Amino acid sequence: MNEFIFFFNSVVINGAVIGSIYAMGAIGVTLVFGILRFAHFAHADMMTLGAFLVLILTALFPAVGPAIGLPTAFVMMPVAMVATAFIAVGIDKLFYKKLRENNVKPVVMVMASVGVTLMLQGLIRFFAGTGTQSLYIDDRKAIFRIDLPFESASRNLVVTEPQLLLFLFLAFAVIALHLFLNKSRLGKAMRAMSDNPDLAKVSGINTNTVVGVTWIIAGALACAAGTLLSLDVTLKPDLSFMILLPIFAAAIVGGVGSPYGALAGGFVVGLTETLAVFNWTFVLRPLERAIPALDLPNTLAFVPTEYKITIPFFILLAILIWRPTGLFKGKII
Amino acid sequence: MALIECKNIHAGYGGMNILNGVNMAIESSEIGVIVGPNGAGKSTTLKAIFGLLNVSEGSIELRGDNITNLSPDKLVHKGMGFVPQEHNVFVSMTVEENLEMGAFIRRDDFNYMLERVYSFFPDLKDKRRQPAGELSGGQRQMVAMGRALMVEPSLLLLDEPTAGLSPLYMNEIFERVIAINESGVGVLMVEQNAKQALRIAHKGFVLAAGKNRFTDTGQNLLNDPEVAKSFLGG
Repeated sequence: MNEFIFFFNSVVINGAVIGSIYAMGAIGVTLVFGILRFAHFAHADMMTLGAFLVLILTALFPAVGPAIGLPTAFVMMPVAMVATAFIAVGIDKLFYKKLRENNVKPVVMVMASVGVTLMLQGLIRFFAGTGTQSLYIDDRKAIFRIDLPFESASRNLVVTEPQLLLFLFLAFAVIALHLFLNKSRLGKAMRAMSDNPDLAKVSGINTNTVVGVTWIIAGALACAAGTLLSLDVTLKPDLSFMILLPIFAAAIVGGVGSPYGALAGGFVVGLTETLAVFNWTFVLRPLERAIPALDLPNTLAFVPTEYKITIPFFILLAILIWRPTGLFKGKII
Repeated sequence: MALIECKNIHAGYGGMNILNGVNMAIESSEIGVIVGPNGAGKSTTLKAIFGLLNVSEGSIELRGDNITNLSPDKLVHKGMGFVPQEHNVFVSMTVEENLEMGAFIRRDDFNYMLERVYSFFPDLKDKRRQPAGELSGGQRQMVAMGRALMVEPSLLLLDEPTAGLSPLYMNEIFERVIAINESGVGVLMVEQNAKQALRIAHKGFVLAAGKNRFTDTGQNLLNDPEVAKSFLGG
């Protein structure tokens, strides 16, 4: 029983946590791709940027959170999401719009986004340094240990407050996005433009508005993902750049352009990655007691932890070989 | 005053002119049909009217209002609907969502217009919740025309609405075009099925090499032996 709880804590919960983060990033990437038809590499650094905006706000008003019983950073997140959304729209106006109007090839847009990502990284380091920061300033991370009603279970299920907030926020964001895309006029226009941009123009859909809305959603989600990730671990300038590959893997696994696919892809990549580096020795101990001849090494994982980053890469390869359009059929929202 | 009037338009892609002086005019009570051999500039004429490519010379007037080189979205606001030949529905969206997208620029209640489109195309009403990509070619064409009608245009531009359709569907589409026209919408369409299309045309325009070769009523063009010999396959 304890072994099972250990497995649940380290694979299911941790996998779901990182999966949720990947999913949130991948939804942004996939929406931008669906509307603007290019891989936006600066997305990860928009996540970091958003988290740093939250850090600034948290440092300015450290007492807000304790007053209502939530982490201050989480309370500040909506404000930072609005700010990041504006920055995303601004970045588009400054860098991508002109290229788009000149009908450049998608690869030019991709290179421009690499430029933007380097610029953002520089700006973040310039203002916030290269060190590690904590989003907990006046409050501390609450950890919930849930007792299980089994006699043989001496271990607890462990989940932290930011992890719970992350799951709740992801559920809220996905439902909100679903309603927006399927019920609202602008959301439907977004789907229309992703489906057939020429016909959208011919129908009189204002494509600039749709592009703006896309950046607002992508920016806001990026900020939320960055913040919730830094609440779970710590905030550092290369926080999100390190997860750019898994995010793109998640978007491609799900089928580029499909937000539901991105959600599924995020969890597939997150859980696989966590499962791959899971140390099976602990779970197999009882077996060793039963069969003494079995001599378990101290670590028994599919992949050493240091090579975790290769997992999304292999998932990506497998998907591109066997199912190039992704789990959900891609290229449309 | 004509609903739409093209005066000596020259247009093309990237400096290469395809249209070398096209003239045409139709009234709102009329169906105009553009026919001609491949590469004559039929579709190009429609695209030039709808602002999809640059008109370098000549002018286009909608009820006397100069609309030369206005962008498509402005023309939708001015009461023009355009149905492209291909990729003319949002395949991942339902029939009704397609129609709603046609009404994107409308801020008023357009439900009555949905009903009117369904009365033009009763087939679509049963399929309103089905993705347009799952429909047959003829039904897709109906969705595409319905989408363009949602803004209650005064002029409907159709680019080969019967391309690739069976004769049965072709006749049905032509019947709908007549019904739409009788409801007060001027129709200008490009057609490969020249004989059948000219039969329903009030005005016909035979283009060749980017110019008008013959311009007359549909009936006169059908009866003209020279037109029949060169353009209608005898």
